[in-house]
Amino acid sequence: MRKVFGEARLLLIGIPVFLWTAIPLYHMMLFALSPKEAAFKGKLWPDDPTLRNFELVFGQKHYYLNNLWHQMWNSLIIALAVGLLTLFVATAAAFAISRLRVRGGRIIMNMALLTYFVPAAFLALPMYKAMATYRLINTQWALILAMVTIATPYAIWVLKQAADKLPLELDEAAIVDGATAPQLFRHVFVPLMAPSMVAVGTYALLLAWNEYLYAFLLLSRDVDTTLAVALGAFLSADDSPWELLMTTGVIYALPPAAIYYTFRRYMAADLTSGSVKT
Amino acid sequence: MTTAANTASIASPAAPLKKDDGGWQWWGTLLVTPYLAVFAVFVLYPVGYGFWLGHDIESYIEIFHDPIFLRAAVNTVVFLLVAVNLKMFVALLLSGFFAIPRWWIRILGLLFILPWAVPSIPTILSFRFMLNPEWGVINQLYFNLTFEDGPNWLNDPILAMSLSMVVHIWKSLPFWTLILLAGRLAIAKELYEAASIDGASNAQKFAHITWPSMRQLYVTCTILSMFFTLGDFNSVYLLTGGGPADLTHVLATLGIRYIRLDRVDLAMASIMCALPVMLPMMVYMMRRLSK
Repeated sequence: MRKVFGEARLLLIGIPVFLWTAIPLYHMMLFALSPKEAAFKGKLWPDDPTLRNFELVFGQKHYYLNNLWHQMWNSLIIALAVGLLTLFVATAAAFAISRLRVRGGRIIMNMALLTYFVPAAFLALPMYKAMATYRLINTQWALILAMVTIATPYAIWVLKQAADKLPLELDEAAIVDGATAPQLFRHVFVPLMAPSMVAVGTYALLLAWNEYLYAFLLLSRDVDTTLAVALGAFLSADDSPWELLMTTGVIYALPPAAIYYTFRRYMAADLTSGSVKT
Repeated sequence: MTTAANTASIASPAAPLKKDDGGWQWWGTLLVTPYLAVFAVFVLYPVGYGFWLGHDIESYIEIFHDPIFLRAAVNTVVFLLVAVNLKMFVALLLSGFFAIPRWWIRILGLLFILPWAVPSIPTILSFRFMLNPEWGVINQLYFNLTFEDGPNWLNDPILAMSLSMVVHIWKSLPFWTLILLAGRLAIAKELYEAASIDGASNAQKFAHITWPSMRQLYVTCTILSMFFTLGDFNSVYLLTGGGPADLTHVLATLGIRYIRLDRVDLAMASIMCALPVMLPMMVYMMRRLSK
């Protein structure tokens, strides 16, 4: 009896947590699966669910969706570029600081940490001006480099923490065998760090795919922008096709959710332990 | 977290490998160069340029005469104090809930993380549509229950601001719950077992075991979350757009508003006003996290 009571108390927390999380997501799906007229009736379940909205979106059959496939491609390319570049920059730096003990490594870590504390929307303003100076504005490189800048501090931090945990004996053994720094990097460091590298790469990729503010500041031509900006453009008119907006939103939200679930075990272990060391 | 601290202290005093070998320093320098380049070109120069743009005293006089700025400054402080503390407190409680070993809690945990993993724009717009006064699902339910029209949620500055905070919490609560959960799971089980044998209640266990070992982590997370929240543009912009009548701006959205008005100097000045609050927190965090 007492056990049943205990379980019921857990459900008393579990059910509100479930509703809190699921309702906005369910509402999004509801819009995407409802015909245009039904979406605005406040129904909790679509009378006749339809995939018609998805057909319209994938067929680019609306003024707002003319460049949908193109924008999806842009989102993908930019996210991949940010993931790979961040991984390259951060892994190299973490290796140099943690294993090669490069002079000034501590200062570099502090610089990265300080950058991590700068609120993203605050950095956006001077970044926007700087990109104009560099003549990168309205090119996808502007967004890629801006996102790499935002992702690297945390990436370096996580990788350096993980690298510090590798036993020094491995390096020593490799050195006795006459390994050079690049060999140590390739044959010892990268294989052992692979799980953390997956976590960091995924983190940067998701950050770039999900980004809205920087994308809409730095890119303005319809053919250059990402899905996030395309969705934001719907807001410019009062009579926008909201059911198509939600449908596009579902399509846009699915890849990051899938990627997160695929790499969840790496992310949970590394990103949580690395993010807040006390 | 204690393990992280331990490994850090083991790793740091270790002697540099082959200190005399110039090749290693050379490779090290080469490998940190990409990051140094990114830092110099996309952090140092923009921030320096920003400071230069925000150096004019006239801009400060102008923004302090702008009621929209003053309102945004108050909104930002309220947002930070209320939303961040409420979120961290709930995250602390929920981390205890998610630490309970049950199959259905594990599955719920998988769902719970979704708001954090998916992009803001579709989910925040989903909130916005729910709140639409005419055809939003909330007011339709309200009408069906009371036969009266529901409130115009986003047209009231206080309600709109509160709902922005709700959206912010919805989006970032899962992340902090996950971090605090990791902190909780790092506490040695033996402590709880010993306390159980001594007949300690759950409240006593929290007060004497959980909280003392998580206090530092909790404070660090709260401050870190304040930095992130200062930069949270989406929760306000996508829900209220700063409206009604520009009464719900925070510094993050106000900066962008000034940029759109082509007043970069005002944008930078309004951000600089956050520095007196941010700098002490930054110094504190640097002391805590940099070893």
